[in-house]
Amino acid sequence: MTPGETILEVRGLTKRFGGLIAVNDLSFDVREHEVMGVIGPNGSGKSTTINLISGALRATSGSVLLEGHDLTAARPHETARFGISRTFQLVRILPALSVLENAVAGAVLGHRQRWGQEADAFAKDLLERVGLADKISVPVSALTYIDQKRLELARALAGEPEVLLLDEWLAGLNPSELQVGIDLISSLRAEGRTIILVEHVMDAIRSLCDRCVVMNSGQKIAEGTPAEVLSDPHVIAAYLGDS
Amino acid sequence: MPDILRGGAVLLAVLAVAALPLLTDGYWLSIAVTIMMYTALSTSWALFSGPTHYIALSTGAFYGIGGYLVATGMSDFGTSFWSMMAIAPFVAALLAGAIGIATLRLSGVYFVIFTLGLAEMIRNLVSWVQNNFLGSKGLYVLTELEERHIYWMLLVVTLAVFLFGWRLGRSRMGFALRILGNDEEVARHVGIDTARTKVLLFMTTGFFAALVGAIVAPRYYYIEPNVVFSPELSFLVVIMALLGGTRRLYGPLLGVIPFTLLWEVVSASFPSATTMVLGLAFLLIVYLIPDGVTGLIGKLRKRSVP
Ligand SMILES: Nc1ncnc2c1ncn2[C@@H]1O[C@H](COP(=O)(O)OP(=O)(O)OP(=O)(O)O)[C@@H](O)[C@H]1O
Ligand SMILES: [Mg+2]
Repeated sequence: MTPGETILEVRGLTKRFGGLIAVNDLSFDVREHEVMGVIGPNGSGKSTTINLISGALRATSGSVLLEGHDLTAARPHETARFGISRTFQLVRILPALSVLENAVAGAVLGHRQRWGQEADAFAKDLLERVGLADKISVPVSALTYIDQKRLELARALAGEPEVLLLDEWLAGLNPSELQVGIDLISSLRAEGRTIILVEHVMDAIRSLCDRCVVMNSGQKIAEGTPAEVLSDPHVIAAYLGDS
Repeated sequence: MPDILRGGAVLLAVLAVAALPLLTDGYWLSIAVTIMMYTALSTSWALFSGPTHYIALSTGAFYGIGGYLVATGMSDFGTSFWSMMAIAPFVAALLAGAIGIATLRLSGVYFVIFTLGLAEMIRNLVSWVQNNFLGSKGLYVLTELEERHIYWMLLVVTLAVFLFGWRLGRSRMGFALRILGNDEEVARHVGIDTARTKVLLFMTTGFFAALVGAIVAPRYYYIEPNVVFSPELSFLVVIMALLGGTRRLYGPLLGVIPFTLLWEVVSASFPSATTMVLGLAFLLIVYLIPDGVTGLIGKLRKRSVP
């Protein structure tokens, strides 16, 4: 789908942890139906950026706007209701809930709210959608790693978010799972979802992202299509300097 | 059809329980009152602490507020038992709200210690106020109420707690509580206002505890702030709820009945050993049946039906 209007604006976003500036004056726009990659070496501030957008962390300065609503000071449950959903870098499943309840959890008080049979039916569709159709009655503790990631994705989709934040959703998958994962995100993209994708896997960046932002030491050092930024000498230097 | 049958069975059971004072009015009625009181307290305690795993040791403080307000209202201010009974739960709920807000950032053991410390502080503060500024005449709760009236009132409160818990279990808020008990970070990110949810539930448990404390106040006749703000009661409520198990609404009840009977025997025959029994019971339950009797039954059932 071709990108539409700007839906999310990040303006001069800065986060200090004591003396460390984890995110430094970061600005970028995300348009509707766009998959925006955020890449950069370890510790460059990618997860912190996700945490600032989702409200898990409070920005030191700068702002985040979603469809004109100021989310800068919003707490996570507020950003969720405005339409921000996320997965976590270290997968977080609700261990005492069933697979279905884990998915329903995202629907009950999220952006578009559902409850009861309607929520169950919606969550079941999503579980099928992410490839968990035959795992609905399996105990959560028996899920493989990729299935846990799928379940977390279903939960994030269940509130019908305006913007989906995926923090290294593909990390830790083995090569065959990786292709399955990339195909899954690719199908979300084909549905026209708006996604911010934090990723280390370059193949995924190349095949999934419309544009990407490259971060290094908290700052944006490049922005453009994957082909553009990955051939940018600053970006190459940042990655070489890191390894 | 099964719904109607189940409803009928529940109604019959309630009627049978309500008829108990017609059969006995001595020792066994007084035990039944104690069981009813702890059922209301433990069940409402478990509504908050069960799903969230925040172990609150403040039940005694809210219960004490109920008993103390009735006593001071009647002795020092000349108000009626009924009006104090109506006011006390709201006072306790407000206090619970304040405690809830103050402890939002505390987790695990810090929450436990804070609630215990706060309950002790309230006990001492109230004793001090009572001794220095109010009645030197002592706090008497003299009413026409007999043991069976107290029993029936407690039965109504217990039914209200069960009804509330049953509705909660089917509501969005109940589901939100379970999510936040699993992972607060996830809960926040799926749109749950975790602070509001926790504080509201904690207020509810404070409300019920004070209501129970007010209703049983006439049983004491003479109220001593130091006694009615009972830390022992806080521990008993927790132990009974954990013994029965907090995953099911009826779980605490299955802990209350055996433990009340055990407690009767211990306090009558070995009064100096009560604290030791309390500690021992706590250890045994946490080590041997962490999910309580109901959890154990669930496990056995699973094993026998493969
Ligand atoms: N809560 C925190 N308190 C203090 N420092 C933090 C905190 N969170 C992150 N940092 C620091 O901020 C910097 C950026 O961290 P961040 O997690 O955003 O990096 P990242 O780009 O996601 O890295 P990775 O690729 O390893 O996930 C790091 O130096 C990190 O140590
Ligand atoms: Mg990260």
